[in-house]
Amino acid sequence: MPKVTIDGHEIEVDAGTSILNAARKIGGALVPPTMCYYSKLKGSGGKCRTCLVKVVAQSAANPRPMPKLQASCSTPVADGMVVQNLTSPEVLDARKGIVEFLLLNHPLDCPICDQAGECDLQDLAYVHGLSASRNDFPRRTFETIDIGERIELNRNRCILCYRCVYTANQVAGARVHGVLGRGDHAEIGTYIRSSLDSEMSGNVIDVCPVGALTDKTARFESRVWFLKPMDVHCTCDKCSGKAVAWMRGEQVVRVTARRDAYGEVEGWICDSCRFERKDKAAWTFEAPRRVERNSVIGQNHYTGLRQLLAVTEKHIAARAAVSAADEAAGGATGYGADPAALISG
Amino acid sequence: MAQRKMLLEYADNPEARSLEGWKRLGGYAQVESILKTRTPDSIMEEVKSSGLRGRGGAGFPCGLKWSFLDRKSDKPRYLVCNGDESEPGTFKDRHIMERLPHQLIEGMIVSSFAIGSKHSYIYVRGEYMYILRILEKAIDEAYAAGYLGKNIFGSGWDFDLSVHPGAGAYICGEETALLEGLEGRRGNPRIKPPFPAVSGLYGCPTIVNNVETIAAVPYIIAMGGDAYAGIGVKPSTGTKLISASGHIRKPGVYEIELGKVSCEEFLHSEDYCGGPSNGRPFKAVIAGGSSVPVLPLDLFVKTAAGVPRMMSYESLAEGGFVSGTSLGSGGLFVMDDSTCMVRNLWNLARFYRHESCGQCSPCREGTAWMEKLLERLEAGEGKLTDIDLLVEISKKIEGNTICPLGDAAAWPVASHIRHFRHEFEHHVRFPEKIRDPKHNVAAPIPRPS
Ligand SMILES: Cc1cc2nc3c(=O)[nH]c(=O)nc-3n(C[C@H](O)[C@H](O)[C@H](O)COP(=O)(O)O)c2cc1C
Ligand code: SF4
Ligand code: SF4
Ligand code: FES
Repeated sequence: MPKVTIDGHEIEVDAGTSILNAARKIGGALVPPTMCYYSKLKGSGGKCRTCLVKVVAQSAANPRPMPKLQASCSTPVADGMVVQNLTSPEVLDARKGIVEFLLLNHPLDCPICDQAGECDLQDLAYVHGLSASRNDFPRRTFETIDIGERIELNRNRCILCYRCVYTANQVAGARVHGVLGRGDHAEIGTYIRSSLDSEMSGNVIDVCPVGALTDKTARFESRVWFLKPMDVHCTCDKCSGKAVAWMRGEQVVRVTARRDAYGEVEGWICDSCRFERKDKAAWTFEAPRRVERNSVIGQNHYTGLRQLLAVTEKHIAARAAVSAADEAAGGATGYGADPAALISG
Repeated sequence: MAQRKMLLEYADNPEARSLEGWKRLGGYAQVESILKTRTPDSIMEEVKSSGLRGRGGAGFPCGLKWSFLDRKSDKPRYLVCNGDESEPGTFKDRHIMERLPHQLIEGMIVSSFAIGSKHSYIYVRGEYMYILRILEKAIDEAYAAGYLGKNIFGSGWDFDLSVHPGAGAYICGEETALLEGLEGRRGNPRIKPPFPAVSGLYGCPTIVNNVETIAAVPYIIAMGGDAYAGIGVKPSTGTKLISASGHIRKPGVYEIELGKVSCEEFLHSEDYCGGPSNGRPFKAVIAGGSSVPVLPLDLFVKTAAGVPRMMSYESLAEGGFVSGTSLGSGGLFVMDDSTCMVRNLWNLARFYRHESCGQCSPCREGTAWMEKLLERLEAGEGKLTDIDLLVEISKKIEGNTICPLGDAAAWPVASHIRHFRHEFEHHVRFPEKIRDPKHNVAAPIPRPS
């Protein structure tokens, strides 16, 4: 089995594993950020370029560096490969550029976006971005298209990661959702504007890294950090029935799939579970859901531009502190034991 | 040195366009003997020893590429000929396909035999519909003569050849986008690895070669790899077609012996460009298609060290991208002093913005951003900081994208600004002087000494 070293950590993985998945196996801060790769979607990855890393030695047999940065999600490891992520200034600089590109036409309407607080782009910009954009052109906008009763599509926020396209093809099974046009005029569309019409269509909401696809049945109901996520299940003949109910008091405000540390769903859920079971009695409650708090909101400090590595270190430390506090509280809530401690910390 | 006509020997002879005529010129006889007397491996060896480099732009050694083919796979193998030719300034493949269709078919038969492809494809640029018809007619003739199809030339070997039109996208010239298109999907480049030689068309081992590369193969087999390697100056072996255009008296397609013609001669000789078309001095040259770095005239004819440049891969690359360029696809365009370099770059940037497939963020966003900045600079509404910002953006795109279109969009920006920065600054400092779109024609922007 090939051995690969990433930011000084060595690990043995199966042949054919990508650098990214090797890094995930090690875990922690050295895992490259991803905006398009999704392990459960075939063909995903390679597009956003946020996961770029430096390969300083290709393999034991060929210890030369790769000339270009590589997308870690789609580059397989080789025995003796040495990779730098956070330890390479070149990577951090390139990533800063990628964040700027991703934000170039992003509306930054976080105050009115349902995704705020659990948005991968917010997190990415916070850790790896610049504090201000150098773009002084009007942002690109698309006309609103209606894709049905339950899913809101806001293409101005879309970063064209293609995850929803793969989900529609592979999970929802209806090829009516795709990318039209090219270049910066490429857009997510549903063919002939037919709405996504399948029992699994709601999963596109969970895979979307930004607020381009959101749940209409929970829209504007609440900021996510005011809701309490609970692991729940039900008997469902269309999906596993395992979900997360986001609670305000006794009320189920929204239902999502269970997501892991990298924001990926653990199992797809059907539209009935997601959009229709808003009655507490419809669910069996298991325990509070543990949510990784790597988000801007979870960190709760906006201090502007800093040196990247410093930010990254702080990010790691903050994450450790919150996990410790959470551990002490028995991992009780989604957002740490004491919100006040988070704010002051 | 005058043209060395090998591929283009019969380009102006109307006989060459029909199968009967082509046979009268000696066509197909040699293919028959190759199929009956040679082994695929021996053809591969000849191509390797010929030093033939891919003529599509990257100049990758053809024999080496063929040797990457996954020979252990039990899947069918494919040869795909890249006739997408959409790089601005490049129009040499058209010349071959239009005038010498049977020469290309011969190349496809011999190369496919070497690679082991039983069904090969020629992918033709969508705008070249009339060429598609020419190729289809030639292929029909070849089928009728028994040169394609079952048991061709009675050699016991079955071989089919199809043409496939693109739909008018530059990106479909990128080999993996081309394969996506051929399979009937949106032409987005694939993530590599795997490379086509391992998993290409329909997931099978595939070789993609440029039209000119494939057309050269029968000549190599006829004269022998070593003899071919004797043409040109190693490692730039053989002849190369150059599409010459711009402010020159004799635009057209020329065949040169690589490394034997100086850049100066190419610009001024009556055998080639024939000097300026309207008496004005030349200012800049893009030597290898729109993607390669532009050079000011002095750096095109001589390297930074003062050595006269020759038309070859190595000589043009001398000095790297700081003071050199690349032979690329051989699309050479020449600009005289009436050309505004800001406008020229804006025009190129518009092309890349339009042609980006939009898959990866640096290219999708970066090409559009650069184009907007250039539009405003050219309109006299830019800022001095825009110039450095353009260079910054190009650096953030370069090397960080899925396919080389990102690099192709970045290089012209970096090189135009590196060599003609004064023109960009002039646009910011004297907006009133450049309001007229023909501003550089009346009064060329002075170059600081
Ligand atoms: C954006 C882009 C456009 C390209 N267009 C062409 C083309 O029109 N014709 C071509 O032969 N190669 C083109 N190429 C290069 C091909 O990807 C490929 O390298 C080439 O066809 C290989 O042939 P060769 O080895 O014979 O040169 C293009 C590459 C890129 C990135
Ligand atoms: S809508 Fe969301 S999931 Fe779909 S491509 Fe855009 S950002 Fe990705
Ligand atoms: S570099 Fe440009 S053309 Fe190539 S895959 Fe990326 S977006 Fe598409
Ligand atoms: S996650 Fe690897 S390129 Fe997007």
